[in-house]
Amino acid sequence: MADIGEKAQKNPRVPMPEQDPKVRARNFLEVPTGYTMKMAQEEASRCLQCKKPGCVSGCPVGVDIPGFIDLIAQGDMSGAIRNLWRKNSLPAVCGRVCPQEIQCEGQCIVGKKGQPVAIGNLERFCADYEREHGTGELPPKQPATGKKVAVVGSGPSGLTVAGDLIVKGHDVTIFEAFHKPGGVLVYGIPEFRLPKSIVAQEVNFLARLGVKVECNAVVGRTVSLDELFAEGYEAIYVGVGAGLPKFMNLPGENLVGILSANEYLTRANLMKAYQYPDVDTPIPHGKNVVVLGAGNVAMDSARTAMRLGAETVKIVYRRSREEMPARAAEIHHAEEEGIEMCLLTNPTRYLGNDKGRLTGMECLRMELGEPDSSGRRRPIPIKGSEYQIDCDLCIVAVGSGANPLLTSETSDMQLNKWGYIITDPQTGKTTKKGVWAGGDIVTGAATVILAMGAGRQAADSIHNYLTLGW
Amino acid sequence: MFKIVRRQEMSGGTVILNEIEAPLIAKKARPGQFVILKANEDGERIPLTMADTDPAKGTITIIYMVVGKSTALFRDLQVGDSYQDVIGPLGKATHLEKVGKVICVGGGTGVAVLHPITRALKEIGNDVTCIIGARTKDLLILEDEMRRASHDLRVCTDDGSYGHHGFVTQVMQEILDAGGVKLVVAIGPVPMMKAVSNITKNYEVPTMVSLNPIMVDGTGMCGGCRVTIGGETKFACVDGPEFDGHKVDYDELILRLRAYQEEERESHDHYCRIRDAR
Ligand SMILES: Cc1cc2nc3c(=O)[nH]c(=O)nc-3n(C[C@H](O)[C@H](O)[C@H](O)COP(=O)(O)OP(=O)(O)OC[C@H]3O[C@@H](n4cnc5c(N)ncnc54)[C@H](O)[C@@H]3O)c2cc1C
Ligand SMILES: Cc1cc2nc3c(=O)[nH]c(=O)nc-3n(C[C@H](O)[C@H](O)[C@H](O)COP(=O)(O)OP(=O)(O)OC[C@H]3O[C@@H](n4cnc5c(N)ncnc54)[C@H](O)[C@@H]3O)c2cc1C
Ligand code: SF4
Ligand code: FES
Repeated sequence: MADIGEKAQKNPRVPMPEQDPKVRARNFLEVPTGYTMKMAQEEASRCLQCKKPGCVSGCPVGVDIPGFIDLIAQGDMSGAIRNLWRKNSLPAVCGRVCPQEIQCEGQCIVGKKGQPVAIGNLERFCADYEREHGTGELPPKQPATGKKVAVVGSGPSGLTVAGDLIVKGHDVTIFEAFHKPGGVLVYGIPEFRLPKSIVAQEVNFLARLGVKVECNAVVGRTVSLDELFAEGYEAIYVGVGAGLPKFMNLPGENLVGILSANEYLTRANLMKAYQYPDVDTPIPHGKNVVVLGAGNVAMDSARTAMRLGAETVKIVYRRSREEMPARAAEIHHAEEEGIEMCLLTNPTRYLGNDKGRLTGMECLRMELGEPDSSGRRRPIPIKGSEYQIDCDLCIVAVGSGANPLLTSETSDMQLNKWGYIITDPQTGKTTKKGVWAGGDIVTGAATVILAMGAGRQAADSIHNYLTLGW
Repeated sequence: MFKIVRRQEMSGGTVILNEIEAPLIAKKARPGQFVILKANEDGERIPLTMADTDPAKGTITIIYMVVGKSTALFRDLQVGDSYQDVIGPLGKATHLEKVGKVICVGGGTGVAVLHPITRALKEIGNDVTCIIGARTKDLLILEDEMRRASHDLRVCTDDGSYGHHGFVTQVMQEILDAGGVKLVVAIGPVPMMKAVSNITKNYEVPTMVSLNPIMVDGTGMCGGCRVTIGGETKFACVDGPEFDGHKVDYDELILRLRAYQEEERESHDHYCRIRDAR
């Protein structure tokens, strides 16, 4: 192990070039600007090509990480991207948004003594290189089977199912409730973290393969699952995400100036409200903004508020730094951009004026007690520690639940007590015949890669069902 | 793309009717449901109730008042032009039941929303009296249609230029005094629905209103449309838009509808400047 440590120390990780924090805190351009070929090869050379690679076991979909890194080192970019695609159909997205520090990079052997290999940065580089220099050549498609498949929802899980089944020769149509496909990748994750042109290109790739995309189709309203079967679809995949915003249920929550993160980010990203009034959808511009929660959604909301011109932006979170669920890179970027972390702080009520507008909130300071059922130390309020934070905009980013719009209109599909769809963990089959489900509507709010993994598993099962009958 | 096949101006051009090709929606829609429309790529998502549907022809009809930038943009669309996006049918359909004597009260473009509900209530055998109002005669819409949709139509104008001189609530109260009313349906400006509900509460007559908070997705995913009903928060786009009028917190709704007032003014001025420059 000594030489690993030496090597890691001698060759520090190639840093990712980024926009200067002061500049980027006021623009919507992507923060990291990407490796050059030289940087990528230098970083690739840090990989030890382990016989028993830790990274692969940390990857939820089992990407052949040393394999694609070796191809980069050799300069075979076409080989590298093809290697990635075998397990991951959206590497440009995953390279940018996966929580690498608890997945592949968290298990990297080099990381035991120094900084782990920058697997995410390299993955992103491969995908970007292919987008800029690749031939755009389509993968070979198997002969048409004549079987129609409907995919409901165009988030990462739906896109994965569609991509897998179209190359297997099935006739695939995606039904999406919004006017634009991409799911959270277009309405939730901001431009400065995941440029929308990348998502559009992925969707376009599927369209070139023959996937049909029907937007403005709210399944459960515009058309039901049973009507889709009646129209000749033989299998349906439900990947509608966890689109139900949670609120805190505190007094004053309906004051003007309190928005769910879903609403705030949808206005900013999907409706491009940051370009208002050149586009038609407005978004509130807060001077002093508070964001409740500390996950990726909270970081995205806070950083968006900063870019929309806020003077102060505070993250208010009732636990401590260690429990913050956001990716490490997002917390780091948020702090660099001037976002304050008010940790161990819990709001108790909102304060407003006679116009019904938010003016502040009352908070309590917390301390950590014994671990709770989730294994995290339970925050307990400190008596008499009430104090007030002035704010004119509050974004509530404390999680999301299962949206019942589709499931409540569907018979024979079993749900768990929180309203998520129950599926067979091996296949993604629901209790309704011919219907599969995966992604956030099964697991609850999770990650892009888990949604994609579920999609791939279900696609295999759907293919078996359509061709073999089981 | 959703093509406009018929267009009509009412109320001196301040209210516009569009009949739009949307076969899937026309097939599914029921009275009380709404659609969300977006004119073009950069457009806002605007909720409008379907005033009529023709499943055979595959069309839906909307009637909207021009109030700000997005509706002004809609007004520019002519027959043959298209909306880029139309999403629906959204919201819960009206709960229709034969109860006997019913009063339908409509104000402003609320009359358009009220029309299919009135017609359906009559069709299932209710005795429907309809009261519609406007500030002045020229602003009145759908008078003939409402007459056909009900058994008895009363018209009110605030300035007395036509029909009863005064508010719809006065006429309603006279009918309530006569007794036997089993249901009131009130759709119009929030202050009108509030006034109607305050009166019917005294008479203990069940009252249904249709709420129009600001919306984004219309599928229960953003919570922007939240309203307080009997002390509980509801999402109007999926739990409504129709609610028990006696339980609605109207004052909160009025304040929430003003959320973007400043931005809207700025945007409308911006749009007018661009349009005038052309
Ligand atoms: C702001 C934000 C930031 C995030 N950041 C990260 C991150 O950095 N890293 C990470 O790994 N994960 C992140 N996540 C989580 C990740 O995005 C989700 O876990 C993932 O997108 C789930 O994918 P999905 O395909 O299950 O659903 P979604 O992406 O939610 O897509 C579901 C789609 O279905 C559509 N739909 C819903 N109902 C219907 C219906 N009835 N009919 C038709 N269509 C319907 C929706 O409009 C949507 O387009 C973030 C989430 C958010 C909200
Ligand atoms: C379920 C529902 C059904 C509706 N049905 C009809 C209808 O059949 N006919 C009709 O004329 N109007 C209807 N409305 C209201 C209509 O949506 C608004 O008038 C429209 O959005 C205004 O947009 P704008 O850009 O032209 O005006 P803006 O400049 O945005 O606003 C002008 C005024 O309209 C209000 N407003 C703004 N956005 C919305 C919004 N999304 N929803 C409601 N009010 C808003 C504002 O409070 C402001 O006072 C309905 C609203 C809802 C929620
Ligand atoms: S664990 Fe690290 S060093 Fe080993 S193969 Fe994976 S990326 Fe390379
Ligand atoms: S409009 Fe978004 S939840 Fe109702």
